[in-house]
Amino acid sequence: MNRTDWETVIGLEIHAQLTTRSKIFSGASTAFGAEPNRQACAIDVALPGTLPVLNRGAVERAIRLGLAIEAEIAERSVFARKNYFYPDLPKGYQISQYELPVVKNGAITVQVGEGEAAYEKTVRITRAHLEEDAGKSLHEDFHGMTGIDLNRAGTPLLEIVSEPDMRSAEEAVAYARALHTLVRWIGVCDGNMQEGSFRIDANVSVRPKGETRLGTRREIKNLNSFRFLQQAIDYEVRWQIETLEEGGTVQQATVLFDPERGETRVMRTKEDAHDYRYFPDPDLLPLVIDRAWIEEVRSNLPELPQALRRRLVEAHGLTPYDANLLTASKELADYYLAAVAAAGQALAKPCANWILGELAARLNRSGIEIGESPVRPTHIAALVQRVHDGTISHAGAKKVFEALWTGEGQDVDAIIEAQGLEQVSDESALESLVDAAIAANPKSVEEFRAGKEKALNALVGQVMKASRGAANPQRVTELLRRKLTG
Amino acid sequence: MPAIDLDRIAELARIELTPDSAAAFRADLERVLALVDRLQAVDATGVAPMSHPLDLPQRLREDIVTESDQRDALLALAPAAENGLYLVPKVIE
Amino acid sequence: MSAEPLLTSSLRELAAALAERRIRAEALAEAALERAQSLQERLNAFITLTPESALAAARAADERRRAGNVSLLSGIPLAHKDLFCTRGVRTTAASRMLAEFAPPYDAFVVERLADAGAVSIGKTNLDEFAMGSANEHSHFGPCRNPWDTSRIAGGSSGGSAAAVAAGIVPVATGTDTGGSVRQPAAMCGVTGIKPSYGRVSRYGIIAYASSLDQAGVIARSAEDCALALTAIEGFDPRDSTSLDRPVEDHAAALAAADGRLDGLRLGLPREFFAVEGIDADVRRAVESAARIYESLGARLVDVSLPRAELAIPAYYVIAPAEASSNLARYDGVRYGYRAPDYADLDDMYRKTRAQGFGDEVKRRILVGTYVLSHGYYDAYYLQAQKLRRLIAEDYRQAFDSCDLILAPTAPTTAWRLGEKGQDPVQEYLQDIYTIGANLAGLPALSHPCGFDSAGLPIGCQLIGPYLAETRLLLAAHAFQGKTDWHRQLPPL
Repeated sequence: MNRTDWETVIGLEIHAQLTTRSKIFSGASTAFGAEPNRQACAIDVALPGTLPVLNRGAVERAIRLGLAIEAEIAERSVFARKNYFYPDLPKGYQISQYELPVVKNGAITVQVGEGEAAYEKTVRITRAHLEEDAGKSLHEDFHGMTGIDLNRAGTPLLEIVSEPDMRSAEEAVAYARALHTLVRWIGVCDGNMQEGSFRIDANVSVRPKGETRLGTRREIKNLNSFRFLQQAIDYEVRWQIETLEEGGTVQQATVLFDPERGETRVMRTKEDAHDYRYFPDPDLLPLVIDRAWIEEVRSNLPELPQALRRRLVEAHGLTPYDANLLTASKELADYYLAAVAAAGQALAKPCANWILGELAARLNRSGIEIGESPVRPTHIAALVQRVHDGTISHAGAKKVFEALWTGEGQDVDAIIEAQGLEQVSDESALESLVDAAIAANPKSVEEFRAGKEKALNALVGQVMKASRGAANPQRVTELLRRKLTG
Repeated sequence: MPAIDLDRIAELARIELTPDSAAAFRADLERVLALVDRLQAVDATGVAPMSHPLDLPQRLREDIVTESDQRDALLALAPAAENGLYLVPKVIE
Repeated sequence: MSAEPLLTSSLRELAAALAERRIRAEALAEAALERAQSLQERLNAFITLTPESALAAARAADERRRAGNVSLLSGIPLAHKDLFCTRGVRTTAASRMLAEFAPPYDAFVVERLADAGAVSIGKTNLDEFAMGSANEHSHFGPCRNPWDTSRIAGGSSGGSAAAVAAGIVPVATGTDTGGSVRQPAAMCGVTGIKPSYGRVSRYGIIAYASSLDQAGVIARSAEDCALALTAIEGFDPRDSTSLDRPVEDHAAALAAADGRLDGLRLGLPREFFAVEGIDADVRRAVESAARIYESLGARLVDVSLPRAELAIPAYYVIAPAEASSNLARYDGVRYGYRAPDYADLDDMYRKTRAQGFGDEVKRRILVGTYVLSHGYYDAYYLQAQKLRRLIAEDYRQAFDSCDLILAPTAPTTAWRLGEKGQDPVQEYLQDIYTIGANLAGLPALSHPCGFDSAGLPIGCQLIGPYLAETRLLLAAHAFQGKTDWHRQLPPL
């Protein structure tokens, strides 16, 4: 059997740290970057006699996420203890949700691939549940010991579990990216993967094409970049296929990805698998969420990326590709929408072009975020309007953009005036130049009259040169054409 | 009653049992399990399990930071600590 | 200062003595401490005495009283079961695991009683992590019964019961998970109440079994229990299982009562009186208690608790299961005992917990781990929780035909130290009458109702519907208005 007869099956479990100020079960701060153990209170350290109390903000974010993925929000969900021993787990159990999670049965549709080859894929989300994060182990040697920092212990997490619906690393990355965008969009998670706010576990298995039963899967834990996700899955799939083709079997195991070697290696086999002894946490009562709260959260949800993308294509006339790019983040989408609001929907496309073109390039080069851009949406709108109404040419607009970017000028019209970028569009003003060009280039005139379109461009070029670029090329073209054909 | 896998249970509970104490604990466990096995005789199909005497929903806390830095007081309780960290024997991943 | 006031006074009398300046709080505290010291060797009721802070608190109470500032229990000496966290004072749970542990905060109950002006003289002995019915499983040695120091004091709150019975303090706190306030109260001839689940915050109580644990009080009378209970009740936002209800003035209800119980239907569960192991003297005492209640106007009603016998197996699945998880935090990492020698991390865990915990605690952790483990969860844990609901249903139905249930507190009186050592189950069977109230979350109280032929105290139990503490206290108070078993003193 060769490789093309194999089908890859992937499911992702994503842990998203929530943007609450305090922890899920205690009032300690969740702010990143504090000195070790300065944000671990008695509850987080699991002192005897301490008890958990649930953070409303964590629940509200779970509801938001549930609505954004069109899932069922459980009216009643239960916290359960997941029991195991590890030094970064102070209580010796993690408070999580097991049989009755807060969110169930959602889905998101993602775009996979680009251009001609792009297609849509719906990935079902089995469940999302609330749980607490563990602390951190610092493995740098403290004379043979490991240091434990409990600042992170108790930070709220939403564990988002997909169905094994993905069939390639590409699909998995597309899904992960889309979820990443979504959680940031609705403000439930900051998505900072370097800081560990968004962690991905991938369950990977292979099976012969056509087979409906799932192959044995291995779980790749703690991938914190999309690149590693891609690499890890690719390696794992190759490894599994090679193993099976050589007559071996895949053992269920938990593996880690080593980015330096680009390989996955076993961390824990099924035999070592934990028996978590889940049972409902008796220190917490069932979480009850009523319809009124759900509707309140729903009413406060911003327009979701998927819906906005549709609107951009249908109402603004953008390509799906551009719509996708503009909805990569809420900041970018908001920027675009502000520009269009100022410029008018008819100028949506030019706004998009400027934002995805010139602005994006500049932001990239200088490494700043769109929120810090010196060019504001109203600037883009003004720029686009001035090009549209013929005041400036596209080349002139680029000069205006430069001035705005460097801070040389703050107002589009002022810059146009200061730099003398205004195109000459007035017919009477152009007429003499056009006549002069016609007179000075009889050959081109003859060629054009003979049917050569290109000859017109040459004439336009002459007028542009004579006007030192100040003439409005469209007006010039029209005038020439009229004079020569009339 | 099936034989108790005491080694597995003790491992899950992270309690070391010496061979002598293991025998005594096994006997004790068997007695206790014989006692609780009486539960099996009851047909409780359809009965909802009761994890709690309270039939109330979980109360929610406002999302505000109410705890300040208590590292000094808490770390002082630790058997081994250094540089603001709890120290444990090296964890092998 | 003579210790006599402590031995014979009720809280009301003590408060009056303090108010009338016949004694000062400081003198009371001194007397309590002195008596505690002098009886410590014979009874071993205390794990830690805190003379300095006690005297300081007593002096402060005297100061406040001089300034006209008097609270509910101003200047009253008391003791806390060493399961309640006390800031800066070691809180051991009677375990080697926490022998040197001093929490940086106070339990809700401790805060409340301090706010009420009470003066804690120290931490009382108990069964390790509250697991036991005799106070024999303590790292600090068994607590002995003031009525006969060759016998157990009852458990797990043995130290608190003994301290009250011996006239060291008029009131002490305890916790009750399967009878641990009521049963030692019965063994020691004093009164103890376990309130409805959720009445008293569990914040700062070292957890044993979270869905069963409740703080309670032990004192010399229902009246005193009423006062102390009011002081510790109330909503605590730090405990998710704390009831948001107004505090009830139980003592006021008792003060307004006329001492009669006309119209009270007192249920006697036939299954309880058919239990095999019940002592003849105990049966007799409880039956005559029933007749005394009748003479007070109560009507005796036959009720049934069909699954009474299943309460023990259900409890001994649920409590150990919860305990196995609650005690996982004792791992030598962040506080408490750590084994001195170990090969690696897991070895550290295994040795720390093997050395830090006593045998009974280990037994229950192992049982709890077993019943939650893969393959056994449904048959044991889930089944037990279903039984729990059925048992709670039984009580609810029984309360359709009665207002309170009367039962023995324990099937026997205090047995000799070491007598029930061989088979842990023997000790477990002691809980037959008390466990149901914990499973169902119901309030229950034990008060003295006689003595056996060896002169050992016998207690009888009243169990009430959810939130019916006042009804319980009123009944017991009426009983104590007509009898004087609760006034008897041990021959110390």
